[in-house]
Amino acid sequence: MSHDPAHGTPPGKGGAGASAPFVASAALGPEAHVMVGNADLFVNWARKSSLWYLLFATACCGIELMQAGASRYDLDRFGAVFRATPRQSDLLLVAGTITHKMADRVKRLYEQMPEPKYVIAMGSCANTGGPFYKDSYCVVKGVDLLIPVDVYIPGCPPRPEALIDGIMKLQKIIMQRKNYGAKA
Amino acid sequence: MEAQAIFDTLKGKFGDAVVELQGEGFSPAFVVVAPAAVKEVSRFLKEDPGLSFDVLMCLSGVDYKEKFAVAYHLHSLKRRHAIGMKAFLPRETPSLPTVDDVWPGANFHEREAFDLFGIVFEGSKDLRRILLPEDWEGHPLRKDYKYPDFYHGIKV
Amino acid sequence: MTVRTDALPTQEMTINMGPQHPSTHGVLRVILTTDGEVVTRAVPDVGYLHRGLEKIGERVTYAQFMPFTDRLDYLAAMNCNCAWAWAVEKLAKIEVPERAEYLRVIVCELNRISSHLIAFGSYTADMGAFTPFLYAIRERERVNDLFEMLCGNRLTYNYARVGGVSGDAPPGFLEKTKEFLDYFEPKLDEYNNLISYNKIFVHRLANVAVIPAEEAVAYGLTGPNLRGSGVPFDLRKDEPYSVYPKFDFKVCVGTGERGTPGDCFDRYMVRINEMRESVRIVRQAVARIPDGPVMAKVPRLFKPPAGEAYFRSECPRGETGIYLISDGSVNPFRLKIRTGSFVAMNIFEKVTRGLMIADIVAVIGSLDIILPEIDR
Repeated sequence: MSHDPAHGTPPGKGGAGASAPFVASAALGPEAHVMVGNADLFVNWARKSSLWYLLFATACCGIELMQAGASRYDLDRFGAVFRATPRQSDLLLVAGTITHKMADRVKRLYEQMPEPKYVIAMGSCANTGGPFYKDSYCVVKGVDLLIPVDVYIPGCPPRPEALIDGIMKLQKIIMQRKNYGAKA
Repeated sequence: MEAQAIFDTLKGKFGDAVVELQGEGFSPAFVVVAPAAVKEVSRFLKEDPGLSFDVLMCLSGVDYKEKFAVAYHLHSLKRRHAIGMKAFLPRETPSLPTVDDVWPGANFHEREAFDLFGIVFEGSKDLRRILLPEDWEGHPLRKDYKYPDFYHGIKV
Repeated sequence: MTVRTDALPTQEMTINMGPQHPSTHGVLRVILTTDGEVVTRAVPDVGYLHRGLEKIGERVTYAQFMPFTDRLDYLAAMNCNCAWAWAVEKLAKIEVPERAEYLRVIVCELNRISSHLIAFGSYTADMGAFTPFLYAIRERERVNDLFEMLCGNRLTYNYARVGGVSGDAPPGFLEKTKEFLDYFEPKLDEYNNLISYNKIFVHRLANVAVIPAEEAVAYGLTGPNLRGSGVPFDLRKDEPYSVYPKFDFKVCVGTGERGTPGDCFDRYMVRINEMRESVRIVRQAVARIPDGPVMAKVPRLFKPPAGEAYFRSECPRGETGIYLISDGSVNPFRLKIRTGSFVAMNIFEKVTRGLMIADIVAVIGSLDIILPEIDR
């Protein structure tokens, strides 16, 4: 693991925004800074490699999610395995239509997940309401009306390849996260 | 048994409570009965050995704009014949007796008609909304239903 | 000596199962009232996936509703597609070319296989055996490949049209279908050797949630759930539609093979055996498919005559009945879809009384419900 200049602020350029951990590491010398930057990299790498997703299959996309997790597409390669409970999940994969009756439950599931948590809206229904956008009276027009979404995957339903691409995009987002050091 | 023969049998037994036979353009044909007589006619349709309609295939509410209707699709596994039964209801007070003690499978269908049309089935053992949340306003499958703007603060 | 029963007061406990639960096959919520481990009452609460398909049907044209039937039962989208097409054709009295009917039968039966594969795979996974699920998906992917070749999508096909199908089979499709059948048929014996007669599996299913034949009829159960109770009723045989009368196949019924007729094991075995019958039907259809057009001349915006029609077709989860009312305009006036899962949910409260909590999962899986069919 090499030092990545994109992570953290170089010493001496922190300015007024430098927070306490950064100052502490500056006091230890330049090597300490390198260590802080790498800790981010290490933690993010660990997180992206074990993305446990909540098996939250409400509709059609759930079947593609199942098939993506099974023999041919094998989502386990990315460290993504399904969990039955939100308490053990890092990722809420909203796979399917969310109705108004279901809306409160989605919020509660999201709130039950431990930090850091991510959301992927899989399929048109979770993105915008999909084919039910215009004429349905009880479909929530996009899950981002309820909870924050990190990655949107279009498709009705998206193919497993698209889902895998979405998960890889989320892994990129996770790698950019700053856990330690100065906050920009 | 043909639809006309079933209609004649019912007419002979119940008289004016059996109104008409909707045959042309209807598949299967419908026997239109007065709403108050629905339960007696149903029981007869099920228990008469010549008819023995033992399965209620489908129960649907219909909004014909000027009036409501409940349509029953019946099928007999013993006799292998089918018929429809229909009862027209006034728009203001749509209510009729339940048939869930004749065919126990009617309960979910009746709850659905209650939920989406507001049709009341008197004497039902369990008449609650089934598909929509309890606090939903209005009955969506009515022709004059206006979509709400918000539900619990979320845009509909 | 008197036994004091009030010394240890106990009370019933209410448990919410769902709507987010891995074994409820979707967003089903069951409110369990339990006395210890025994369920005294299990009330299903449905509607968490109610998307208002019937209202949508009144606002779009007959042809535009076709994609929504995919989402009615996404595990058997072909069957729903064709059911809708057949219903509209019955209402409007449209003649369909024979090749199109053969193609419809082929895709319907292939979809029945892939739907029963999910039923089989997820059921065994619910019962604690995850491996058969992977086997089932392995085979299902091959059916998906066939459909992808035919119409370009893996799950929601939009293949049938009012008056035919959207496209003829591409070159090589029928050969590939035959290849798949040769590959798949021995797999059914493999499943039976792998899990069906596994002692633990049989113990979990046999004599659990017995539905006697009279009760199944009274509640209006259809499809494998009715046949599991020993009633030999299959719409493909008893009220034949399309070209089904031309094929030789058997109606599978539950016989109480490992317990009582009508228990969970019988319903499970009916599905396994039905896959074999579907293979037989597809074999015959592929061998005998005639040449010719695949689409009748139907105007894009057609108006069926005013009238009412009820069409019943045999879907993997029971009868899908479509009640259509036309007022002579381009949109359906009213459309009601009666589905097998909706009716199966009605009997749920009755058959689960007195079972253990773990058996609830066995019952849900054996009824093979799917939520969009219940909620529509």
